[in-house]
Amino acid sequence: MINTSTESSPMTTWLLGPGVRVLVFMVLSLPFLNLLWGVLSGALGPDPAERLMHVTGEWAMRVLVLVLLGRPLAQHGWPRLFRYRRMLGLFVFFYGTVHLLVFAQVYIGWRWELLLEELAERPYVFVGAAAWLGLLPLAVTSTDQWRRRLRQHWRRLHQLVYPVTILACCHIWWLARSDVGDALVYAALTGLLLGWRLQRFITKVLRSRKPSC
Amino acid sequence: MKNRLSRRFNDPSIASSDITPEQVWVNRRTLLASGLGMAAAGLTGGAARTHAKELTGLDYRVAPEGPPVGEALTPFADVTQYNNFYEFGTDKSDPAQYAHEMTTDPWTVSVGGLVNKPGKLHLEDILSGFDLEERIYRFRCVEAWSMVVPWIGFPLAKLLQRFEPTSDARFVRFRTLYRPSEMRGTRSFTAVIDWPYQEGLRIDEAMHPLTLMTVGLYGKTLPNQSGAPLRLIVPWKYGFKSIKSIVAIDLLDEQPETSWQRLAPHEYGFYSNVNPEVDHPRWSQRFERRLPSSLFKPNRIPTQLFNGYAEQVAKLYAGMDLRRYY
Repeated sequence: MINTSTESSPMTTWLLGPGVRVLVFMVLSLPFLNLLWGVLSGALGPDPAERLMHVTGEWAMRVLVLVLLGRPLAQHGWPRLFRYRRMLGLFVFFYGTVHLLVFAQVYIGWRWELLLEELAERPYVFVGAAAWLGLLPLAVTSTDQWRRRLRQHWRRLHQLVYPVTILACCHIWWLARSDVGDALVYAALTGLLLGWRLQRFITKVLRSRKPSC
Repeated sequence: MKNRLSRRFNDPSIASSDITPEQVWVNRRTLLASGLGMAAAGLTGGAARTHAKELTGLDYRVAPEGPPVGEALTPFADVTQYNNFYEFGTDKSDPAQYAHEMTTDPWTVSVGGLVNKPGKLHLEDILSGFDLEERIYRFRCVEAWSMVVPWIGFPLAKLLQRFEPTSDARFVRFRTLYRPSEMRGTRSFTAVIDWPYQEGLRIDEAMHPLTLMTVGLYGKTLPNQSGAPLRLIVPWKYGFKSIKSIVAIDLLDEQPETSWQRLAPHEYGFYSNVNPEVDHPRWSQRFERRLPSSLFKPNRIPTQLFNGYAEQVAKLYAGMDLRRYY
């Protein structure tokens, strides 16, 4: 029998399966590799700290938006992004961690007393640190093993991503100095994505109440 | 060509185009036009770096003292490719990329307000009407990075004296060019700065011998991204006080508002003197990254009071609470 359907050719199957996963991984690694190359070659200019902070923070936020986009898209018949949410989530954590390490290295020179001072005096540093701390347990418990171990608590724990998103938006908002364009874009996108969930949640609660009254 | 224009005392009311032999400025225009042509060629070729206009060598007295002891000059490429000039965008590389869109010839600076002889300075007056000297200064940005730059210019006091400030003049206000068609940063919908950019000094600060009207760096005229053709350098204040591409200078009897103060008064004061003890509300001012910096050698050094010029300028602020007047 001759198979004319492209759907089931091995190449297509691979491309739609693990192929996409590899591709997504490579694409999301590129910004980091690009920065790494910049650091090693000096292409980041005279003040790499600023560039590094900006780019890593920005990518953490962009991928976070993708993570949040997964569920609504799956709900509307496009489940692919939702399937990669673990990898995407780990990328958020990865870029957030590099962001934090650059801060420690360049801005406070690994001096803990300076870190405490920054945390105490500067709200955007505080909320940024809080957002990273919120991501930490999510990254740690992202394995299948942890997921099995935590059972129904796992889902509740991973809803931490919502407060983390709000903290991250505050962080960006408080950092903006004269042009609030970026901050507005992220606030609007995450507002939309969290709003979608909120609306569904409310509908669900109302529906579950109906029969009882 | 500009070097050979004889030094002369200009009556500020006479445009130099009236004095300069026509052939000279016609040549200059042609030169400029061909420069623009080259820039366009560079653009279409995809090389975005080279549309810097041709910089002219200046005739100046070399700084006898050299750079501050133990501090190296920040390389020309870094000084001219890492800039804050929000009229061209908020990214550090935006000015170097887009400032070439600004026309700097012809250029006129009007000087007015509380002066006996209000008038105008034209590009020719600016570049050859004053004795130029080199000054190597630390340049400290409020964002906690710093450079060491060999500027070329003349004391602001010399310029102001030509227009004879009256005894009521207590402050000086400066304004940057505002020309949206040539300044893409001012066309951004989300930029919250109220253009034109505006800065100010107290008259004694303006008359201080360290305060420099700057026309060049590294021996040549200023590139556009560094504030061509005329900018201010006040080395003991944060960089944003050192306003670029000035088109208006006015003497006033009351303290002018400044752009950053208008935008965020609790973060940016009128004085904005470099002071490691007074933090910006969102970051510490105790250290600075001296550029060029790298990830593994951040070159993080302690910031000095008045950027290291306390000996010369501290007396201007004797008895003032520097926390209150930040």
